[in-house]
Amino acid sequence: MLETLMLSRIQFAANISFHILFPTITIALSWFLFYFKLRFDQTAEPVWMRAYRFWVKIFALTFAIGVVTGITMSFQFGTNWPKFMETVGNIAGPLLGYEVLTAFFLEAGFLGIMLFGINRVSARVHTLSTLIVAIGTSLSAFWILALNSWMQTPQGFEMRDGVAFPVDWFAIIFNPSFPYRLMHMVVASGLTAAFLVAGISAYRLLKGDDKKAPKLTLKIALSVATLLTPLQIFIGDMHGLNTLEHQPQKIAAMEGVWHTEKGAPLLLFAIPDEKQKTNHFEVAIPNMASLILTHDVNGEIKGLNEFEGNHPPVAPVFFAFRIMVGLGMLMLAIAWFSRFELWRKNQLPPWVLKALVAMSFSGWIATLAGWYVTEIGRQPWLVTGVLTIKDAATDIAPENVGLTLIMYLILYAVLMTAYLHTVFTMAGRAIEIEEISDDEKVKPVISTHNKAVEE
Amino acid sequence: MFEANTLAVIFVSLMGLSILLYAILDGYDLGVGILLPLDQKDDSDTMIASIGPFWDANETWLVLAVGLLLIAFPAAHSFIFKELYLPTAVLLISLVLRGVAFDFRAKAAFSHKPTWNKVFKAGSLLAALSQGYMLGMYVMGFEGTLAAYSFSILSAFGVAAAYSYIGACWLIMKTEGELQKQAVLWAQKSGLICFIGVVAVSLVNPLINPEVYAKWFTWPNTLFILPLPLMCFTLFIFSHIQLKQLPKENDKGCWRPFVAAVVIFTLCFFGLAFSFFPYIVPNTLTIWETAAAPESLSFLLWGTIIVVPVIFSYTAFSYRVFWGKVQELRYH
Repeated sequence: MLETLMLSRIQFAANISFHILFPTITIALSWFLFYFKLRFDQTAEPVWMRAYRFWVKIFALTFAIGVVTGITMSFQFGTNWPKFMETVGNIAGPLLGYEVLTAFFLEAGFLGIMLFGINRVSARVHTLSTLIVAIGTSLSAFWILALNSWMQTPQGFEMRDGVAFPVDWFAIIFNPSFPYRLMHMVVASGLTAAFLVAGISAYRLLKGDDKKAPKLTLKIALSVATLLTPLQIFIGDMHGLNTLEHQPQKIAAMEGVWHTEKGAPLLLFAIPDEKQKTNHFEVAIPNMASLILTHDVNGEIKGLNEFEGNHPPVAPVFFAFRIMVGLGMLMLAIAWFSRFELWRKNQLPPWVLKALVAMSFSGWIATLAGWYVTEIGRQPWLVTGVLTIKDAATDIAPENVGLTLIMYLILYAVLMTAYLHTVFTMAGRAIEIEEISDDEKVKPVISTHNKAVEE
Repeated sequence: MFEANTLAVIFVSLMGLSILLYAILDGYDLGVGILLPLDQKDDSDTMIASIGPFWDANETWLVLAVGLLLIAFPAAHSFIFKELYLPTAVLLISLVLRGVAFDFRAKAAFSHKPTWNKVFKAGSLLAALSQGYMLGMYVMGFEGTLAAYSFSILSAFGVAAAYSYIGACWLIMKTEGELQKQAVLWAQKSGLICFIGVVAVSLVNPLINPEVYAKWFTWPNTLFILPLPLMCFTLFIFSHIQLKQLPKENDKGCWRPFVAAVVIFTLCFFGLAFSFFPYIVPNTLTIWETAAAPESLSFLLWGTIIVVPVIFSYTAFSYRVFWGKVQELRYH
């Protein structure tokens, strides 16, 4: 039987991992929708409205799952980690409070108008509602990443009798790792949404959808992915340098550097061995890690030996990092290649479309892998230097934590199956409906298949 | 700036306001879910359309209420939700199921729609029952006795009935024709159960909590607080009379039962709040013992003062946009 601490960790990790998938899509997809709607207002081309109409439904579904799985989190801060709020609640609390007040209400308040209000308000108000929802989702990323970054690199507080008290709110919010983590996550969201839009559009084209909308959305999504992939690599590099400065033990685990060394190699692959404090089966590029991290081929990288008993478990951080970077490179290659092909031939061969379909949810995996790097890399601390995971744990009976964990896992498996199935069902249905010629001017399109009341 | 004790009172009031708004707003949409007729396809579509644009924002009040408890009274948050660990998990899972069913029923393959309707109804019912159970355990001071469990089960059904009642009143206001007539019948039945539930809680609460008894039955407190149950009683009678006459010609007064239900919810809430203040965990922890640091609460308070009126105004705007009888709800 696992202990309460381990079960609480698995449960919290399962909940937050499942939850983050959906906001990762909606944060950026809302901006795609705003762009579609804006273009429609400017040009009155029906194709923009069709793109909007299709993607707003996927947005609504994704957003709903994000909202309801997010409610879980607000309860579990207290149930799973009671000492977290007791120790740093004075800092975490207001940041969470501002997220609810400024972001959640903003998005939820205007979502109704965005989804169902198009015939009840003017075009301008509807576009504005779409914009406000997009701002709301981005604001929520701002606050929650401020809190997460503060847990990684805390500052602007003082400890009194074992409790953190705020001293400087500006320093708390704009803590050293925050700008990098925020940019990294926002661009990750952009890439996730771009690959989703590209993948589902490619799916429609593969299934013989000959309409303008999927071609247009494919092109836009690939353009966005082409721009964001190199940008993300650049931001990721800066984020890494920031981590080297503030959490060098995390970098040591990411790079699998057991002993401080000069001219450290970049490990493309290896199997870290925590017991023997070494790596097996290394495939390495000499001096490359030092070059990337210190911009000097002989730069010194601190090894895990300098953080005895105070560094994260190496293997999960090491592998998660390689999954994230590997996927990032793959996304770069596919985005650039297919955008170039599209520019050259104005269409994509089936095998490229199939590859894009396969990559539809690649952003999810890369994002999760990235979060595992940064969150497992924070261990054994919950708040670096202030509170360890062990000290924050709850004393609820392990049976209860285990039982609810199983309930959540079953629920998430069902939801994930239903979600993926529904997204592709909607794409399939979109091929059958919208059967109007491209010259037809702006009209609300109601297909015979879709007479049912649609929420 | 405010001193620590005042801040605790301000934040417990804000939290109370959020709980009340949650109970009213998500109350009606959970109620509509509980009442969902599985064999009436058109009616169930109309009913769900009536809550479609609002439910997301309604549930946000729960996040705010629980968030304020977590932020302003962290020790109380972990105390309460550790005591209520399993019912909380049931509540969360029901809310998740219900929220996603809402979207899946419209978007998944059509053959799956009846299944998602069932999930929606079951999720709404379970969410209401678990909230009622949690309220019961709270009132009973989280005792592990048979009496406490029995009372909490009673309270679970009481809250489910109360939500059905306000949900039915919402439908009377938002629908017409046969469905509206059906809603009147629902409101009559659930209103009666709700009434019995309110009376039961009002009797049990002072009898098991001596402090509550002392508060209600100390002269001259009684004089000031007595109008509360009296008004509540009067409103139930008023609502009962109205429901007998509805629907009227030109749909006159279709909003009256809903307004009565909102006021009843508010009065019940104040009754409970009066009973327990200043305790945030009955008979165990006061708001002052559990409040977070004043520098944190004042930082949050400034934002709250600015943001909450804005939230109210755009919520009002949204209700105005979707004013009147339900229309078929389409994306476009």
